[in-house]
Amino acid sequence: MSQTMQRGPVSGTAASRPVRRRPFLLDLYATAVGKKYVMAVTGIIGILFIIGHMVGNLKAYIGVVEHNGEQAYDLDVYAHFLRELLVPIVPEGYALWGLRLGLIAALVLHLHAAWSLTVLNRKARPVRYQSARDYQVASFASRSMRMTGILVVLFIAWHLADLTWGWVNPGYEYGEVYRNLDASLSRLPVALLYIVANIALGTHLFHGIWSLFQSMGWNNPRFNRWRRGLATGIATIVVVGNVSFPIMTLAGVISYKPV
Amino acid sequence: MSSTLKNLTLKVWRQAGPGSKGHFESHTIDEITDEASFLEMLDILNERLISQGNEAVVFDHDCREGICGTCSLMINGQAHGPERGTATCQLHMRKFSSGDTIVIEPWRASAFPIVRDLMVDRSAFDRIVEAGGFITAATGGAPDANLIPIPKPVADAAMDAAQCIGCGACVAACPNGAANLFTAAKISHLNLLPQGQAERFSRVENMVETMDEHFGSCTNHGECEAACPKEISIDMIALMNADYRKAKVKNRKQLARS
Repeated sequence: MSQTMQRGPVSGTAASRPVRRRPFLLDLYATAVGKKYVMAVTGIIGILFIIGHMVGNLKAYIGVVEHNGEQAYDLDVYAHFLRELLVPIVPEGYALWGLRLGLIAALVLHLHAAWSLTVLNRKARPVRYQSARDYQVASFASRSMRMTGILVVLFIAWHLADLTWGWVNPGYEYGEVYRNLDASLSRLPVALLYIVANIALGTHLFHGIWSLFQSMGWNNPRFNRWRRGLATGIATIVVVGNVSFPIMTLAGVISYKPV
Repeated sequence: MSSTLKNLTLKVWRQAGPGSKGHFESHTIDEITDEASFLEMLDILNERLISQGNEAVVFDHDCREGICGTCSLMINGQAHGPERGTATCQLHMRKFSSGDTIVIEPWRASAFPIVRDLMVDRSAFDRIVEAGGFITAATGGAPDANLIPIPKPVADAAMDAAQCIGCGACVAACPNGAANLFTAAKISHLNLLPQGQAERFSRVENMVETMDEHFGSCTNHGECEAACPKEISIDMIALMNADYRKAKVKNRKQLARS
């Protein structure tokens, strides 16, 4: 069948080992398995952020507290604390920006790896099956990772424009987090957007958390059965926590009154 | 208790050569015993085609007892058809019912070019095995059996991996056209054993990187495990992923010393 094959030289045995000039991390990132490590590690960074973000936002339910002798919404106090993180070791805002840059880098790497792996996968099967596939175990979550991922990225852009920059939030006031939250989520279409986006995020996490153990090779027959439970648990907690904010705002539990 | 299936419609992929445009061709099987294997059913169809002066359907097959890994058909959207843990040759017509339409396609992957009809060229797998699917063995007199003690669980795990017959169902079933299960099985069956330790890290690096030249990437759907006629676990892929990471560090250290 040699007439059908068009390939370069065998890389393993016949060819001598090339002198490595690429730096270690770039060399690792060059292969699909290496890119999956990047997907997994940046995914873990994202998961930790999402859990922290959700837990932090639960302070919206604490309402008004006394802070430095003044009445203030606990969410606003928390938001201000984030800016003062590690002060006075570093000036105000620096630690927060450090965290933000880490998250941006993780997101960019996650997207780049996903993009290049998708290109690789498309090339691996240029002619698709001409009859319908009958998938046996691939879940909706695993097959919709690209779709839910794109939804989450688009949502992040909206979310920043809404509650960080205030471009799409008519009632936006810098630093008044609780007020901005109420102003944004009181709008029914926006509340629905937040609910849909968080369900997409949960679906993404449901496969991602299970999958990252496999990608990193963290495999132990004794603990493997916990992976599915961990993925379901984290995805459920994140979705329930995050979806509660638009619902509770519409229900009037989260409602801004000047203090 | 055998019975007879009636009125089956086959939709078979026909393609004259690697570059040509293929199409589905419909054939009717009026009667077939449910004891016939799927490949025997195709044999009967081919006898009829030949007697009518038509070209027989080309498909790969050899041992017909599920151990050679030559047969390779996508049947109703499942690699090796609806029976779990078997190759196409071990699939029997009793898995189907009268009046069924059965769609038969070749494996589809850029690394598996279609030779003709349902036959594909799987020599990309040979490239992966050439890259590291071997061990160093001393020449000379045959060593005594069981000279190297191997713990039973290790021997069992290596045997689980070594069951791979290289049929390519993992690639065919994978939505990404990835060969991770094949490569992982070939790596693990040597990397688990003491005899495989000398080349352990160069093996995983060379085989993974050769795999990368031909196939897609793993997104952990698990379709390969479900399609595998030997039911090889995707735990092997995790083993490969862990070893590749270690290899990248260790091989680098070794290269620095040389």
